[in-house]
Amino acid sequence: MNNLYLQLWLTFMKIGAFTFGGGWAMISIIEREIVDNHKWIEKDEFLDLLAIAQAMPGILAVNISVVAGDRLKGIKGSLAAAFGTILPSFVIILAIAIFLTPETIKNNEVLTRIFKGIRPAVVALIIAPVITTARAAKINWKTIIIPVAVAVLIYSGLPVVSNPILYIVLGGIGGYIYYTHVTLKHRKEDRA
Amino acid sequence: MSVYLKLIWAYLKIGLFGFGGGYAMLSLVQHIIVENGWLSSQMFTDIVAISQMTPGPIGINSATYIGYVSTGSVLGSALATLAVVVPPYFLTLYASHYITRHSDSTIIKGAFMGLRPVVVGLIASAALLLMNKENFGIAGSTDNFISIALCVASFCTVYFTKTHPIVVIILAGIAGFLLF
Repeated sequence: MNNLYLQLWLTFMKIGAFTFGGGWAMISIIEREIVDNHKWIEKDEFLDLLAIAQAMPGILAVNISVVAGDRLKGIKGSLAAAFGTILPSFVIILAIAIFLTPETIKNNEVLTRIFKGIRPAVVALIIAPVITTARAAKINWKTIIIPVAVAVLIYSGLPVVSNPILYIVLGGIGGYIYYTHVTLKHRKEDRA
Repeated sequence: MSVYLKLIWAYLKIGLFGFGGGYAMLSLVQHIIVENGWLSSQMFTDIVAISQMTPGPIGINSATYIGYVSTGSVLGSALATLAVVVPPYFLTLYASHYITRHSDSTIIKGAFMGLRPVVVGLIASAALLLMNKENFGIAGSTDNFISIALCVASFCTVYFTKTHPIVVIILAGIAGFLLF
């Protein structure tokens, strides 16, 4: 398959069709497809894409496909990827809305059992990228405090500090201050 | 105001003000459903249940479902889905272009240096938040034990054997069917 748009569309359709439990659950699959298999994007670059996708409003899964598609093939690429992500869930939900009542799904014993198995696996699929992204971000024993504090505070459910956007803002500003005051100064001193 | 306009307006708001993805968006969806009064709260519970059992982002699922049920037409479904997707699409695309264009600037370099460890924390928080009764059963129960075992087994399979995550999901579904 030489057409990259078609590949992008099919890849993200696959991602959309197997994403259960929201955008974060999708990271394992996206990482495997676009970083490991297709080698479209580098590991550390993938982390930057996640940061952009998370900082923007809207549906995380769609945003991730937009930045990834755009990075690869510009605006048309982003359309192909976003459309691919949306299509499976649109078709499936529409079919359910037209042909079934919510009760048929909710009270289906077979589906209930299958999904009791899938849900803990989805959690595992979110834990795995914690480790791979920590490696890509070059987290060490000094900087590990940042992701730990962010995770615990969001988990706490306390007002204000449990809002993820707060950490996007603080991370951006803090990173800039550190970069200009520490990293760049060190480089100057090294050169002197 | 026609039901179509109401629907588009509601999902434009959900798309533009829904940050953090997935379940963070739910409270906004719920709020708008109550505000409009044209969708019963039972429908909301149904959407959550269906979203947990179907693939895809919950924001898309709810737009597609409510769009169809409230108008009785595929057009309503498509309009609600487009409304929730299109404005964030342009914002994200613009942000992506802006950042690529200025990738050598001190501000962007510095900001991403700080953002990388934060993103690791965000993913970890998503995992923590999902470690609840809905996904793992009541602590100490047999279901709870099986769920934890499935989670550990899934993690080892995807992380150490490099099995494709989709294969892991399918295997976990089969295991769930057999074990629960």
